Amino acid sequence: MNAATVYRLRPGWRLQWEEAQQRHVLLYPEGMVQLNESAGAILTLLDGERDVAALIKELNRRYPQAPAEELAEDVEEFLQDASNQGWIRHE
Amino acid sequence: MSEKMNIRRDSGQGAPLWLLAELTYRCPLQCAYCSNPLDLAARQEELSTEEWFDVMHQARALGAVQLGFSGGEPLVRRDLEALVGEARRLGFYTNLITSGLGLDEARIEALRAAGLDHIQISLQAADAEVAAAVAGSPKAHARKLAMARAVKAAGYPMVLNVVLHRHNIDQLDAIIALCAELGADAVELANCQLYGWAHLNRAGLLPSREQLEAAEATTERWRERLAARGQDMRLLFVVPDYYAERPKACMGGWGAIFMTVAPDGTVLPCHSARILPMRFPTVREHSLEAIWYQSTAFNRYRGDDWMPAPCRDCDERHRDFGGCRCQAYLLTGDAGATDPACALSPDHHLILAAREEAAADTRSVHELTPRNIHQSRVFCRE
Repeated sequence: MNAATVYRLRPGWRLQWEEAQQRHVLLYPEGMVQLNESAGAILTLLDGERDVAALIKELNRRYPQAPAEELAEDVEEFLQDASNQGWIRHE
Repeated sequence: MSEKMNIRRDSGQGAPLWLLAELTYRCPLQCAYCSNPLDLAARQEELSTEEWFDVMHQARALGAVQLGFSGGEPLVRRDLEALVGEARRLGFYTNLITSGLGLDEARIEALRAAGLDHIQISLQAADAEVAAAVAGSPKAHARKLAMARAVKAAGYPMVLNVVLHRHNIDQLDAIIALCAELGADAVELANCQLYGWAHLNRAGLLPSREQLEAAEATTERWRERLAARGQDMRLLFVVPDYYAERPKACMGGWGAIFMTVAPDGTVLPCHSARILPMRFPTVREHSLEAIWYQSTAFNRYRGDDWMPAPCRDCDERHRDFGGCRCQAYLLTGDAGATDPACALSPDHHLILAAREEAAADTRSVHELTPRNIHQSRVFCRE
């Protein structure tokens, strides 16, 4: 992963807000990952165009109270983990 | 930053997250391990399209988000595309669980247009001969392979399901190779669950321990090979309960996250439960909400007040929930007993006896009882 990597959800997987659960979930064949608030916020911004740098910039704008360096680290760690788990892919 | 789906029992009963819609018991195949009830011939009435719409609306309002269309063979319902379309509009993630028979390129496209998210196709074996003996259809295997390729080409995520038993488990290497060639995203290698027709044919289906260990080793070799190739195909190996030390956490607990609606509208905590000696409510009599939260049936084995010894004093009771109620009933006659699959169960000898009985069974796959309407009439009570 580098700052220019563009991630997208794995094909056929779907992110959606579940009113009944009050959280975002990641849906895939016969399964579901229940996401916490920050994971939901990150995945919502993966539109197939934003690269990692733009994603972090957008999150900084939305959460100005979060320390920028820490936020960037958390995002990169999450993306790496989500990629290892096969939730997201990049070209 | 995330957690896998599980249930929260400490804060009261949660919502059903999973709806399995068994649209029909009709099926062109006759697999001797089918989990459908033996007396399916007496249960041929099916909910209408409008009734299924209503069931889906209610389930979604309760919080269900995963929806499986199953059966029987769901493709025999000509309104499947309409049901998928409505489900998708409601926000379900829609899974079609199919033999692949009744599918063609036009229908794959129509289902795609309706919003279907995923198609899971079952394979019976690596080659046409064994597949034909298992499913009772000489042409099914080639058709399934063609449809698996078409599903892949249409861009669906592809999960293949292979039910394992003593007659196909020795060709597991070839089965996995076939799945890899088809480009599956995931493969369920599921040793058959011994309910329904599979329970009837149990002695002729259960593999030996040697077969099972060889199959596990084969699966592990393939995991390494796939990783080395960089091929992302997940292998899920499901051990048969009869060789496990502890019971499975069946359905994540009784009435915890899962509900099945059978073809006639009967609501069940799992697709096997209608064999149990209790009355299950139907969507024609009650709302899903009342059934899920208030019915006697759904509350019967929730929590741990119902548990007998040794479950009620066991540290693992919140991990496996006492195992499977259907298995307890089929083996002991008491649905409230500890699942005999557990080595701590006072009835565990029944499992050992079943393994011995299976070891002495020399029937070929052709001699098992096929799942069909003719055979089913033998089991109809009326």
